[in-house]
Amino acid sequence: MKAEFTIPVVTNIPVTPSVVDGAMAHSRPFVAKSDHQTALGFPEELVEDWHDRALAKMKELLGKYRSLQVFMDSCVKCGACTDKCHYFLGTSDPKNMPVARQDLMRKVYRRYFTFAGKYFPWLVGAVDLTREVLEDWYSYYHQCSECRRCSVYCPYGIDTAEITMAGREILASVGIGQKYSNEIIGKVFKIGNNLGLPQPAMADTLLDLEEEIKEDIDVDVRLPLDDADAEVLLVSPSADFFAEPHVDGLIGYAKVFHQAGIPWTLSSHASEAANFGLFIGNDESMQKVATRIREAALELGVKRIIVGECGHAWRVAYSYWNTLIGPFDFLDPNYPAPQHICEATYDLVQAGALKFDKARNDDKVVTFHDSCNVARGSRMGNMPGGQFIIPRALIRASCNHFVDMREDSIREGTYCCGGGGGLLTDDLTELRVKGALPRVQALHEVIEQYHVTHMAAICAICKSQFTKVLPFYSLGMGMIISVHQLVGDALVLGSEQ
Amino acid sequence: MTLEINGQSFETDEEGYLANLSDWSSELAEAMAQQDGCDLTENHWEVVNFLREYYDEYQIAPAVRVLTKAIGKRLGKDKGNSRYLYELFPYGPAKQACKYAGLPKPTGCV
Repeated sequence: MKAEFTIPVVTNIPVTPSVVDGAMAHSRPFVAKSDHQTALGFPEELVEDWHDRALAKMKELLGKYRSLQVFMDSCVKCGACTDKCHYFLGTSDPKNMPVARQDLMRKVYRRYFTFAGKYFPWLVGAVDLTREVLEDWYSYYHQCSECRRCSVYCPYGIDTAEITMAGREILASVGIGQKYSNEIIGKVFKIGNNLGLPQPAMADTLLDLEEEIKEDIDVDVRLPLDDADAEVLLVSPSADFFAEPHVDGLIGYAKVFHQAGIPWTLSSHASEAANFGLFIGNDESMQKVATRIREAALELGVKRIIVGECGHAWRVAYSYWNTLIGPFDFLDPNYPAPQHICEATYDLVQAGALKFDKARNDDKVVTFHDSCNVARGSRMGNMPGGQFIIPRALIRASCNHFVDMREDSIREGTYCCGGGGGLLTDDLTELRVKGALPRVQALHEVIEQYHVTHMAAICAICKSQFTKVLPFYSLGMGMIISVHQLVGDALVLGSEQ
Repeated sequence: MTLEINGQSFETDEEGYLANLSDWSSELAEAMAQQDGCDLTENHWEVVNFLREYYDEYQIAPAVRVLTKAIGKRLGKDKGNSRYLYELFPYGPAKQACKYAGLPKPTGCV
């Protein structure tokens, strides 16, 4: 791939770069247009009294989230986080060290909310909130994918993601929202999914997929939409209907339900698992997006809700849904509410309900990319670390050749794909390519050692991000696949069993 | 942003997607492609025309699988796959072809 920027060199061992001041100061995503802003209840453009409004919003957030207050106060500048961010490792820009990203807000916090900063700002590194500071926030709070890797290594557990979310919320509340995220949230409010895929198009697409499966394997596997007789509502990222390699994951879920004899349905009202309200740190949007799922579940009268392969959707479902749209007392108490698709498939495997012909995946040597929001923002199954064990168990059940990447690049130490947290947009291509470097480096190691051919993931963002950025590193876009593609391809269907 | 063609200007977004669907013409498509250093062949036009027909019916661009299947029917089975579409539209068939067809850019995790 040709690029208008320098593509980082992939080394044989991980390297911490020397800092280059301002290396990414030019990076900033498109600003939301007035209609993207108003749909979410934000002002159309930068308001005249932005200074006072920003500080008032900051005060509100410091009161609302005790965590934010603690994070502002507790950093001791130990340096443990400095080499943990994939964006720092890929860009060399010191402001992409997590501590520096936090300090963008911390120095303003000190100026207006601490005794020392109010009276002796020069002693404590406190600064006035100026337009330049806001610009810096806009640039560097959109160079954090809220992946929380740094927080794993912070002795105080400071979560930069929460600071980024607060930063974005303050920016949007004075009129500087991000186009990509806000436009998408508006589409979910209006149509029901990130793509803006209306019901007739969805129905047509699903019908097409049913035909495709029939042609491929001569089995009538259904992908039902708004089926009131279903027991399970599957809520998946809309990319699963639209994009590759996502769609093969969707076909995989359908095959699992088919073989297990579970009546399931998709919903045209809740046709999106993703919830970008999380990314912009806006509770109201997050709740409004999630509410569609509760409404659809009640309307369809389902007994279970299963969430498809989408990283942050699972974090929102697992960690926020109960507060946002609970209680789920109308669902079958014998199943987790909500349940992850990997967990549902894993339980069926454990119960002996599914049979696999692993040889069908013998053309592949597979590794697994843990998605940040699943790894560090949730759990899965009924055992500690289930979110790491279960997807790997599914890959092992359906493939003969599986290897893990370097230990500090997987599980809770996993590197973000480089496109998470609302940054999966073409106006941030340079950042996305550079931010993928640590993952690509670890992948490079297992390609060299074990001839890995494919990397599986359980997140729509990871899948789209790698499809786009792997070619910049001379790797095929087809390397990235869905876990449920592997499952679906190896699953023995119908009378074969 | 605007796009200037034969003395006329058309409103676009930051990435050159037409702001108004109704502004589209085949000359505009050619001009947009030329800006990217791409000459539209007959096969490119098959894709662009299908996108426009589909959008007209469903108010959204087709999913990649719907597109590859339709192109396979029109141009032959060997061309009904995303590899071929990427050959035609190296910046990604969903996005680049939509741009030339005058459709809005697909949004979301794609």
